[in-house]
Order: sequence, then C-alpha cells, then structure tokens
Amino acid sequence: MSTATHSLPRTIGAHAVLLTYTVIALFPVIIVIMNSFKSRAGIFGAPLTPPTPKTFDLIGYTTVIGQGDFIHYFQNSLVVTVASLFFVLLFGAMAAFALSEYRFRGNSMMGLYLALGIMIPIRLGTVAILQLMVASGLVNTLTALILVYTAQGLPLAVFILSEFMKQVSDDLKNAGRIDGLSEYTIFFRLVLPLVRPSMATVAVFTMIPIWNDLWFPLILAPSEETKTVTLGAQLFLGQFVTNWNAILAALSLAIMPVLILYVIFSRQLIRGITSGAVK
Amino acid sequence: MGSLNIENVKKAFGPVEVLKGINLEVTDGEFVVFVGPSGCGKSTLLRVIAGLEDSTSGRVVIDGADVSATPPAKRGIAMVFQTYALYPHLTVKNNMGLGLKQAGTPAAEIDRRIGIASSMLSLEPYLARRPAELSGGQRQRVAIGRAVVREPKLFLFDEPLSNLDAALRVNTRLEIAQLHRRLRATMIYVTHDQVEAMTLADKIVVLNAGKIEQIGGPMELYNAPANEFVAGFIGSPKMNFVDGARLGETAKTIGVRPEHLTVDAKSGAWKGTVVHAEHLGADTNLYLDCEKAGLITVRIFGVYNAEPGATLYATPDPAKTYRFGADGKVLK
Ligand SMILES: Nc1ncnc2c1ncn2[C@@H]1O[C@H](COP(=O)(O)OP(=O)(O)OP(=O)(O)O)[C@@H](O)[C@H]1O
Ligand SMILES: [Mg+2]
Repeated sequence: MSTATHSLPRTIGAHAVLLTYTVIALFPVIIVIMNSFKSRAGIFGAPLTPPTPKTFDLIGYTTVIGQGDFIHYFQNSLVVTVASLFFVLLFGAMAAFALSEYRFRGNSMMGLYLALGIMIPIRLGTVAILQLMVASGLVNTLTALILVYTAQGLPLAVFILSEFMKQVSDDLKNAGRIDGLSEYTIFFRLVLPLVRPSMATVAVFTMIPIWNDLWFPLILAPSEETKTVTLGAQLFLGQFVTNWNAILAALSLAIMPVLILYVIFSRQLIRGITSGAVK
Repeated sequence: MGSLNIENVKKAFGPVEVLKGINLEVTDGEFVVFVGPSGCGKSTLLRVIAGLEDSTSGRVVIDGADVSATPPAKRGIAMVFQTYALYPHLTVKNNMGLGLKQAGTPAAEIDRRIGIASSMLSLEPYLARRPAELSGGQRQRVAIGRAVVREPKLFLFDEPLSNLDAALRVNTRLEIAQLHRRLRATMIYVTHDQVEAMTLADKIVVLNAGKIEQIGGPMELYNAPANEFVAGFIGSPKMNFVDGARLGETAKTIGVRPEHLTVDAKSGAWKGTVVHAEHLGADTNLYLDCEKAGLITVRIFGVYNAEPGATLYATPDPAKTYRFGADGKVLK
C-alpha cells in the first residue's frame, strides 16, 4: 500500500467512522459485561458507569455457578453448536462438491432447491418440526436440536461453498484422477484444504445463530436435561422478581465460547471474505 | 507398446457438438502434436483419450485394447497440465510418487524411479520442497517428472509451456524433445504455438471446429497444405490469400507465403504502397497495399529499408503459389 494515496485527513476520517461503528457495535456488549460485575443497587443506580469498589460485586457469578446446572447448560449448548457445525460443514461441502463438480440432469434445479432455504426461515415450519420430533420420539433430546440446526445451516453453506469450489482448478482434480485417487480422496485431500477460508466463513455465519437461539430449545428441548445456555438464563427472569445480576453474568459467560471459536476461525475468515478481491 | 487408435470419436456437451468424428492412428514412439485455433476441441480430445471425459460415441484403443470404459488411472497414460496441477500439500518427491503409491508399487521401486526422473530433469535439490516454494519452470518440470515416473504407454501434454516466459519455454521445449528421444515413448502434445508444433512433432494434426483438417509431418503441412485453413494456420507470418477473380485466375483463392514473394523498386507483378515495415534484424516484414492483390505481407530475409508510402512491386514465386477452389481445397 503506497502512502501517496493515504493523506492524513482521509486516514483520520476513515478511523473516525470505523471507531464510531465499533463503539456502537460494542456498546451493549460492554454494558452487559460491566454490569455483570456490579451489585444490584449499582446496576440500577448508575447503569452506565463501570464498577467502582463500592458497587463491585460478584454476586451474579456466584449465583450462576452456584446453580450447579449451569455448567450442564453450557455443555448442552456446546455439544449442539459443535455437532451442528460439523454436520453443516461436512454435508454442505459434500453437496457443494457434487453440484460444482459433476454434470447431471437437474444439477442447476438441485442447486436452486438447496439454496431456497436461505430465503425461507425454518421457523415457519416449527409446528411440523415439532410434530415430527414428537412422532419420532426425539423431543427433549439434543439430537432434535442438532438435526434442526443442521437443516437450518445447510442452504447457506451449500450456496457459498459451491461458488468457491467452482474456482478450484479442474486440472488439479484431473491430475488426482489420473494418479488413481478416489473421488473421496480428491474431495477431502485436494479440494477441502483449498476452500478452507470459505469453510471458516460458513462456520462463523452458521455458529452464531445456533448458539444464540432461544426458539428451538424452548420448543423442542425445554427439559432440565437438555436446556441450553440461552434457555437456562431465562431461569433468572421471574414473573415478579428478575435476578439481573445472574442474567448479566450468564450472558457474559455465554459470550466466551463463541468468542473463542470466532478467534479460531477469524484468521481464515478474513481470507475467505477478501479472497477473489486480491489475487 | 504405445500405440493409439481413435475411431470415429464424437463428443457433445448437451446440444453442442465439440468433436465431430475424429479418426486418428498414432504408432508406437511417435510425437504427435494437435494444433488448432482456441476452442476447436484440442483439450477435449486429449481429455477423451485420458478418460477424464466420456466420448459420446466412438472408440479409444490404446495398445490394441479398447479403453473406452477404463478409468484414467488404469489406461497407462500420464498427463501434464498447463497449470502444472501439483498437489499443494505434498513435497516434490511425494507429488511424483503419489500415482505409483496409489497403484501399490513397492517403495524401493518408487524411490528408484523418482531418482531417475529427478536427475533427468535436474530436480534433485528440490525433492523436499513443496510446490509453493518453486518457480514456474521448476513446477512444470516437477509435473513432467510426475508423468515420467509412471512410465506410461502414452504421455499427454496440454499446452504445458504456455504459462512460462519465452526463454524458459525454449529450454523446456528442448527438455521435452530430449525426453522423447531418451524414453522413445509415445507422446501427444497440444499447443497453440506453431513453433512448438513444427519443432517437436513427428506428425501434426490440425484441428478446426471439432474436425481434423489434415494430418502430416511438419514439412508436409508447410509445403503441401490440403486446404486453405491449414495453409493459413501453418507458417508465420500467415500466408497471403488473394481473390482469384481479381488476378484473372480460375481458382477462387490464390495463396502465397510472405517468404515466397520478392520485392523490387522498379518492376514486378503486383504494384503496391508500403503501409508499414517491421524490422526484426534477421528479417523484415513489409505490409504492402497492392492495387491488384489488396493488403499483403512480404517477408524479406535480412535488412531491407523501405519507408511507409514508398512504391514497391511484389512478385510471387510461381512454383510456390497455391490455388484453392471454392470449397477451400487445394486445386491440383
Ligand atoms: N464442460 C464443458 N461444457 C460445455 N462446453 C464445453 C465444456 N468443455 C469444453 N467445452 C466447449 O468445447 C469447445 C472445445 O473446448 P476445448 O477446451 O477442447 O478447446 P481447445 O481447443 O482446447 O481450446 P484452447 O486452445 O483455448 O485451450 C469449446 O467451445 C468449449 O466451450
Ligand atoms: Mg485447451
């Protein structure tokens, strides 16, 4: 990048815009984290100030941790998110490979059909899904959630990944075929590593809505055994009394795992978003 | 042990017919070059031979065995691609050895063959590197090495040099010619570049729009083109074509190569004005706008000074003038 195209006022302007955006985006998150470390009086007395020695209180965290089950809710969320993510990436990539690599009758119709799910929210089918789960005895199991989230994530995954897979060199795949590699080996060893950045992109876009979802856990798996973190946090939302300390602490804790997964994927993610722009 | 027969091979992508009935015989040890304009189906034909693409109809016979239903890995072929197509996650050594490993060749034998191929292509210093750590020329040599270690009946090259710069192209061309001489293997080579075609080939196959226009040795195609297309495609600068009627000839078109025209300042067959002169040192290309013949190219060996606007007379060598009928075929 040359300095000639970056005059000082423009640099300042660009940074000002980006900083403003960052502040706006982070504001609610910071408020939540800040207040989670305050006493009840501190939260309501001065919600916008950081914890002072007078208002600092870990009561929220002790409540949450003390509610023994919370660790269990966390586990449920993690199992559901990671398993769904795994299946979305695996099946999404396989379908994308078939669509981009093989010529068969109805190829483009199939692609369109698989992409349709991007436009139609899966929640429209909640009643049917619930009936299905009841019929198959999957209500109140994590399997039910994993199945639903896999279905929810697949359309976008197939759509994005098939675009990227079209860009993988035909010559490379053909060289593999001449060397006697099976189609599975070509897919797993040659193609997948080359589309890794786009896999990370898909992973992030798939993961966040799953982790944050309240709807399906509430409907399909509200039992004590299968509660997820977002559902578990509702515990502290009473009809008459709401334990704000505990809610804020629970939400702060819930941010952590996604944040960690995001950091893992983010290096790849940025490459995924900018690839094609810079050759 | 490396003959190839292609019998009436046709290939269509949906309604588009890309290969329209190809018949070709390649004997053992021959170096055959496919040339033709972009999109004429050269790569498609090569991929059909390799088994990467199924033909719509027709047979491909390698060494007397019909391989139409045989997968690429079992056809006894090796292919070198324009984009190198090396496995990015494997070292040079493993890139070369993968095919043999898949076929269950013993490790000692794989090492022996890699040793021979890498010394032949001077790749020994790079065996432990990955493709990303090699230059373009080195990558293409690895790709050639990967083909050599398979000891195939048939080598297939799809424009292997077109991603290399001019100097490297000449070197690698030489290496491929030497390789052919040493291995005495049958090779099929696709190219755009007619210098490559003329210098490497025992036999050139000129393709146009999915059909073979002519098959023959390089000099045969140069001296006795079967039709207007081949005459125009082989030779550089391109052959001049003049409307027969304008010259008072019975033939539809008269063709004469730029090097078979002589120029004179005072007299000659076609009077014309110099439009442009290209000085290449060893020879000079003159573009003349002639009253009778239209815009023609004249190639003069050595230096020739001519200013744009000057009047010159061009005279074709009657022994090296071609006459084409209305169907484009040469008139005898
Ligand atoms: N998978 C495909 N589907 C549809 N049409 C195709 C496909 N592959 C090739 N074609 C068409 O077949 C024709 C021949 O292609 P081919 O790649 O064989 O040309 P080529 O002679 O190798 O050209 P070039 O010299 O540019 O490499 C082209 O018109 C191309 O558009
Ligand atoms: Mg081609």
